[in-house]
Amino acid sequence: MKRKQVLFEMPYFFWLAFFVIAPILLIAYQSFFNIRGQFTLGNYATYFTSATYLRMTLNSVWYAFLITLFTLLISYPTAYFLHYTKHKQLWLLLIILPTWINLLLKAYAFIGIFSQDGSVNQFLTFIGIGPQQILFTDASFLFVATYIQIPFMILPIFNAIEDLQPSYINASRDLGANNWQTFTRIIFPMTMSGVKAGVQAVFIPSLSLFMLTRLIGGNRVITLGTAIEEHFLVTMNWGMGSTIGVVLIIAMFIIMSLTGEHKKKGRKHND
Amino acid sequence: MKKLVAAITTILVFCGLLAFTSDRLAKSQVKSQSNTLTLYNWGDYIDPALLKKFQKETGYHVSVETFDSNEAMYTKIKQGGTSYDLAVPSDYMIQKMKAAHLLVPLDKSKLHGMNNISPQFRNLEFDRHNQYSVPYFWGTLGIIYNDKTVKASQVQHWKQLWNPRFKDSIMLVDSARDVMGFALIRDGDSVNTKNIKQLNAAKKRLDSLTPNVKAIVADEIKMYMIENEAPIAVDWSGEASEMLSQNSHLHYVVPSEGSNLWFDNLVIPKTAKHYKAIYAFLNFMLKPENAAQNAEYVGYATPNEQAKALLPASVRNDKQFYPDAETMKHLQIYNNLSPELIGTYNELYLEFKMYRN
Repeated sequence: MKRKQVLFEMPYFFWLAFFVIAPILLIAYQSFFNIRGQFTLGNYATYFTSATYLRMTLNSVWYAFLITLFTLLISYPTAYFLHYTKHKQLWLLLIILPTWINLLLKAYAFIGIFSQDGSVNQFLTFIGIGPQQILFTDASFLFVATYIQIPFMILPIFNAIEDLQPSYINASRDLGANNWQTFTRIIFPMTMSGVKAGVQAVFIPSLSLFMLTRLIGGNRVITLGTAIEEHFLVTMNWGMGSTIGVVLIIAMFIIMSLTGEHKKKGRKHND
Repeated sequence: MKKLVAAITTILVFCGLLAFTSDRLAKSQVKSQSNTLTLYNWGDYIDPALLKKFQKETGYHVSVETFDSNEAMYTKIKQGGTSYDLAVPSDYMIQKMKAAHLLVPLDKSKLHGMNNISPQFRNLEFDRHNQYSVPYFWGTLGIIYNDKTVKASQVQHWKQLWNPRFKDSIMLVDSARDVMGFALIRDGDSVNTKNIKQLNAAKKRLDSLTPNVKAIVADEIKMYMIENEAPIAVDWSGEASEMLSQNSHLHYVVPSEGSNLWFDNLVIPKTAKHYKAIYAFLNFMLKPENAAQNAEYVGYATPNEQAKALLPASVRNDKQFYPDAETMKHLQIYNNLSPELIGTYNELYLEFKMYRN
């Protein structure tokens, strides 16, 4: 029995070792070498003393925060109402469908929609406002990034709401809570796990979006992803690129521990 | 679940069968591996008809693999793996590859037709006496403008890009050395400067250009300019020629005070194996009629003098792509800089990209 179990665990173990742990270790290892291949801590010193990188980090966090916020604001009500609709599975499928399309294709589609001769500007001209500059603005970048991330937020929230026992809601109503109170005191806290999972799934990839910053943002929006791309492809300073990667991985762990479940359990024990 | 597994298995089996048959087809076309020449080239940078002609004449099959940046190509060749027989790096990259011992010197006794190449493109600083490289195409960096909203006289010089009337209307090509380069040229400095003061001054000037910059993008510039998204762009001549062919309102200018002059050259990387095929191909491409055909297809300027003579007069005398001698004198070629200096150029460029006013 035991041996069989080990046998089943092997593929997972190797998968994790080769495709998760090894790459992370390699990135961490690379980050200690300068451009001449000598061992150094200089990359980290550069990162944490350079105004450029720090500002870029702030920029990335700020945009990721905005993207997550907008995604959450749209996704929570969507997931909530989805729960009460008739053909749940069909609607869900329609929400998931866009994720089957390649990100690059979606970005190009938005270029077509937002460009000077695009459908949005044609509409604006039609109603008399005249064409506006939409592409290469913060607004368009946030819009497209939010659009792309929405399914990853809706799904965990939807699942959390589905798992919610209707009896709790009925009980809260019976005990005299109005709709708003039921939502803020019962439904929202009890679906918090879904929100947290969604925030994790959206915030972290948003930190390093780099294709969209160029295609939709026209490089007017600069995130850490842009810098990593440049260090690996142009300056060939893999050490510095890896350093930024390590910082992102650490940021990821911080987000995970802030939004993770285990902390809450710990607090419960203390109570 | 069972259905899903069945569906996925069907797809996998189907793909496997397709891969197998296409592999078989490819193999039956090529009799054996030794008859194949692997060319590592930029995307869409050779006339496919020429490859067929080459195979007919010599029996060698050319398999083309593509890259999209000099640096990506460098990494791939350095790592080995694929046995590329020929590659097409740009000037500064040849210097770098030479220094890293990644190139095989040319055997001049097997090479015929080097004299077809115009003397001004031979024996250049990045490869003295053409020990390693055969010129393939050359081009410039310049300004593309749309005559619907911009007059020719308004964009003859780099300085004019700073004109406040061009607010939010310029697209720049996303390349540190090119953008820093034109800012340096604007004030008469060298594009290869090692002087930090000059670099910082160039970065400051770029910052003040920010209000005019609409976007900093890559290949998409072509699409945007063709669709009149922006009236002005800074890009390479080859990209410009493609835009011009699709939108008659666009024009290309190489500022007379100077710009970048670049070369793409055929070289033999260390990974090469099929030397007979390599020299057959180099000699084939040096032939004027083949070089001319290729230049007509690709749209870049050919360094092959005899080939240029075969091109239609409208192309040959086009000042946009074959600038006059006076302008040519002021063009500058990128040198390979030290990694630290490349770092500085890119750092400043990144800061410029982040600059907001």
